[in-house]
Amino acid sequence: MTIVVVMEQVPDVVEELAIAPSGTDLDRDAVSYVLNEYDDHALEEALLLAEASGDEVVAVGIDTTGELDQTLYTALAKGARRAIKLTGDFEGTWLSTRAAARLLVPVIQELGPRLVLTGVQAPDDLDGQLAPTLAALLGWPHASVVIGSELVDGLVQVRKELWGGITMTLELELPAVLGVQAARQAPRYVPISRVRQVMREASIETREVEAPDRLVPAVTALRVPEQAGRAEILTGSSAEIADRIIELLRARGLL
Amino acid sequence: MTQRIAVLVEHLEGQPTDVTFELLGLARRIANTDGASVQAYLFGERVGHLAESLPADSVTVVEHPALHHLAPEPTARVLAALLPADLPRLLLVPNTSLGMDVAAWVAAALEWPLVAYCQALEHRESRLVATAQLFGGKILADVTLDERPTVIAALAGAFAADAVNPGAPGQIERRDAPAELAALRTRSVVLERPEAADVDITRAEKIVAVGRGIESKDNLELAEQVAQALGAVLAASRPLVDAGWLPRSRQVGKSGLKVKPKLYFALGISGAPEHLEGMKDAELIIAVNKDPKAPIFGVADYGAVADLFEVSEALLERLEG
Repeated sequence: MTIVVVMEQVPDVVEELAIAPSGTDLDRDAVSYVLNEYDDHALEEALLLAEASGDEVVAVGIDTTGELDQTLYTALAKGARRAIKLTGDFEGTWLSTRAAARLLVPVIQELGPRLVLTGVQAPDDLDGQLAPTLAALLGWPHASVVIGSELVDGLVQVRKELWGGITMTLELELPAVLGVQAARQAPRYVPISRVRQVMREASIETREVEAPDRLVPAVTALRVPEQAGRAEILTGSSAEIADRIIELLRARGLL
Repeated sequence: MTQRIAVLVEHLEGQPTDVTFELLGLARRIANTDGASVQAYLFGERVGHLAESLPADSVTVVEHPALHHLAPEPTARVLAALLPADLPRLLLVPNTSLGMDVAAWVAAALEWPLVAYCQALEHRESRLVATAQLFGGKILADVTLDERPTVIAALAGAFAADAVNPGAPGQIERRDAPAELAALRTRSVVLERPEAADVDITRAEKIVAVGRGIESKDNLELAEQVAQALGAVLAASRPLVDAGWLPRSRQVGKSGLKVKPKLYFALGISGAPEHLEGMKDAELIIAVNKDPKAPIFGVADYGAVADLFEVSEALLERLEG
């Protein structure tokens, strides 16, 4: 049986982000892309499930960056059996969650998995998260903010984190969709030499798909938040900064 | 018919959550400007008694065992069954763990527009504009709403709970559980409280919190030394906990714990919105981060754009010296 993991590349928010002249998207030329960190956890959770159940993990992604191969080869190197890349007239586009879901549904239906896992959220999912959106379109039960899962007697038992450490444990009938916050263990590391080997031995299946009418989220304008600017900036060498911090703490009776 | 601004009431263990009152406050402000009324959707197993405590003009109550903990599928299916007839102008749902599973599902199922991560919603020249926090809080997206009913997934802590009208309790309208609840594919739902943790960071007076800037697990020792020297406990942002470097009991933020210490010393924390939600009310926030644009500096009282390792070493020299 099959477990599908949906993986996407997203702008690296650690880097500086600029707004495009259109005002409705990032300046994509200045963006560097990384795998959505939650998707990495989704892959790990899928691999752990598959190792216990003997399922086959299929990594699926929509290539909006022209750079998705690296992500998919890495997934293969980590243990995914197949990788499928959807390409079309949307490179460099900010794909809305709903447009992405509409592109993914036919592929998921064709693969007929018993689980679909993806990251709980992405930095750009203005119109909502992918897992519940896919669940609505597929008509499957779902849960997000998943921090652990197990296949038991034809069901998936899922731990969903609420807040303050409170968790909800749900049993969902299969097939189901999970939005993963954190895999049971940290995503595995795979050496680059192994990825290179996979690039020689395995291949990514590419599917040309038709772009939906409405691709992008309905944004009126992007802007950079005004720095609340509350912080008084301590300047000088590290030693001087340390002195000021100690001074501040002493003045408040915190030391 | 008067337009309605609807709110999904989130509750846990018999109590509406804070964000519910924040959304009801927001709904009231929008409704006052638009001449609309505020409608609360109250779902649960035996929750009818909560209706009177909700500052809404009307409270729509659906009670069913499957709705006990507001699990994703049953809650979403009930809303999707009621909304096409009710047609509120807006449906406000908290962008929380419970809410996000419902907001995105309902919006996709009904093909309604959705604005998630909403931190502001206001009238601009007679149009409603929702502002979403994206890209780790570094970019805001303004979305001008059209006339269609729209789902708003609003961030907890972003809206004031005041401006509510405590007046007479709203009209309570009980509805039968929709037929959809007979065919659910979500089986058991159980809530669990965390086991007692080694340290309760919510009670700590001083917290040293580390984020991604700490770079490796080995470097946690340095942060732990700083914490000890300051008489503080060590906490972390989510990525470190997800990586398994620290237990969940040490996680500050939306999916972790909310803390309000006298000192919050943030080392290498950029300040994603989810993190800020958990610590912005600390009495004194000092942040050290290499990135001058890190959002943490927006909530910190004092900040240093510096190398956290160098500052930590310098602090240790002085405190242990």
